[in-house]
Amino acid sequence: MAAAARTDAASADQAPAPAPELTPRPARPGRAIVVALVVLIAAMAAGVCVGPASLSLPTVLDALLARLPWHPAVAVPPLDSAIVWQIRLPRVVLGALVGSMLAGGGAAYQGVFRNPLADPYLLGAAAGGGLGATIVIVAGGSPGLLPAAAFAGALGAVTLTYLLGASAGPAGARGGAAPGVGGSTASILLAGIAVAAMLTAIQTYLQQEHTSTLQGVYAWILGGLSLASWSDVTLIIPYVAVCAVALLAHRRLLDVLRVGEAEAASLGVHVGRLRLTVVIAATLGVAAAVAVSGLIGFVGIIVPHIIRLTAGPSYRVLLPVSMIGGAAFLVLADIAARTVQAPAEVPIGVITAAVGAPFFLFVLRSRRARQDLS
Amino acid sequence: MISLARVTVRYGSAVALDGVTAQVPAGQWLGLIGPNGAGKTTLLRATAGLLGCEGQIRVGGKAIGGLAPRRLARLIAYVPQRPQFPPDMTAAEYVLLGRTAHIGYFRVESATDRQVCAEVIDRMALAPMAGRALRTMSGGELQRVVLARALAQEAPVLLLDEPTSALDLGRRMDALELIDELRRERGLTVVSAIHDLTLAGQFADRLLLLAAGRVAALGIPAAVLRDDLLAGHFGDGVRVLLTGDGDLAVISRRRERP
Repeated sequence: MAAAARTDAASADQAPAPAPELTPRPARPGRAIVVALVVLIAAMAAGVCVGPASLSLPTVLDALLARLPWHPAVAVPPLDSAIVWQIRLPRVVLGALVGSMLAGGGAAYQGVFRNPLADPYLLGAAAGGGLGATIVIVAGGSPGLLPAAAFAGALGAVTLTYLLGASAGPAGARGGAAPGVGGSTASILLAGIAVAAMLTAIQTYLQQEHTSTLQGVYAWILGGLSLASWSDVTLIIPYVAVCAVALLAHRRLLDVLRVGEAEAASLGVHVGRLRLTVVIAATLGVAAAVAVSGLIGFVGIIVPHIIRLTAGPSYRVLLPVSMIGGAAFLVLADIAARTVQAPAEVPIGVITAAVGAPFFLFVLRSRRARQDLS
Repeated sequence: MISLARVTVRYGSAVALDGVTAQVPAGQWLGLIGPNGAGKTTLLRATAGLLGCEGQIRVGGKAIGGLAPRRLARLIAYVPQRPQFPPDMTAAEYVLLGRTAHIGYFRVESATDRQVCAEVIDRMALAPMAGRALRTMSGGELQRVVLARALAQEAPVLLLDEPTSALDLGRRMDALELIDELRRERGLTVVSAIHDLTLAGQFADRLLLLAAGRVAALGIPAAVLRDDLLAGHFGDGVRVLLTGDGDLAVISRRRERP
């Protein structure tokens, strides 16, 4: 081994060293992003076309073009235009935003906690959001308050988890833990379980005390996009933007974390700060998704794993592709939710689990045959 | 280059290091020896800034207690005893991680970073396997990959915790020779824990014998590798032999049976 290394060095000394042919590169998401974008655009197009009143793709395109300021002269029936602009498009766009936040948040939590079972609701966002929404519904508050209450509940629950978990970590060596490491991830995860259990208990109690509103609470908790409007889209856009930009900015550091917190710290990562920043960013996005769509399960765990198995485990690939893939997945799931039992709607969470789980198992099995899961 | 003054580390009520004082001049190799649990790993982790401690640790004239992780990582490269190798990461991606402390927070690897890694990969004879996933590599190859990552940090101080424990006798020799060559080429200051006392005496400029967290002996190998000093810590059967080539060999004799 050393002998080979020595020979290389000797020959390098004699001739001016040519630029090594294989310059090391980090993983790049190029092709996977293109594929995911094509799927997303197709899904969104299908989402606008499919429904009780079936619209053809040219009609939809005309309806979209007619709103552009320099649009060509096209004649679109007002009803079709209204269906596209007032009903289908906001729903499709909102579904895409929610899906991207759930999948991106799930991937980020999996990276920062180095736990493949992590999902966006890990730190109590679902329980907190559910409690917030339940309080508004049982108190007879205006439905307009629901998003704010769910958002506040989700953020509050994660904050509580983080404060409890970070302070409850096991004592390290005297003089404090390493500068880059901070509290233990295990104590934060355990605090998340405790907080979620506690908030769910309160939520269940409130729900049982006010059986007249049971239906409303249940419908909210199952999640869905049936009430989607442009105002929901504009409501969550700022949080979506902050979350997406912040998570993508940390994709390289999440890759460093793959060697463990202690080694990442010795390589120069301020682990405690990285974890806090990523959790804040992911939680803003997840809380915004919960606020407008209720508790849609399963997206945040299966989409990142499907991307990991098909496009690779580097967070430089995983984060952007999960966001796009999650958007496409939720738009497709929503199409199924509103068509399989039309005119009734199946809860979208039922679709994400019923369709997502078998697909996930299929990908898992076909990959396992070729390589070990990391 | 490295100066330890009364370094004390406690885990709860247990004292892992007790007032360790030592100096390592630039370009030298200090070998840490001592029985299991003597505090070798703790001393390395404290020196790497990964553990809080009492006393003072200065590296290159700077007290490491106040340094941010990035500054620290540009000063000290630390290779733990059992590094974690993400199975699906390629060797090249893994070596690039060594540049973390040189890359701005929101930036990605520059051409310089990639050039440094390419040279290190070349130097460590890893170029043919740079694109391979870590899970496909042997113990000896992984040893070179993790050393390459440490070299990519371009830090003047290299801390190694049992760098050869996973290797067979021949590969151990190769690995230590390689570390010694790199130390000379790059003027690195090396501190390493080494279980094998014979190898420790062959490679280190000086040895620090740790016992129960304290310095039991510190000096050139011939001064530390003595029957009387070692016997108290490694057992009565320990003998130091002078080989025909002038090397010191440390062996352990079997207990006599009645």
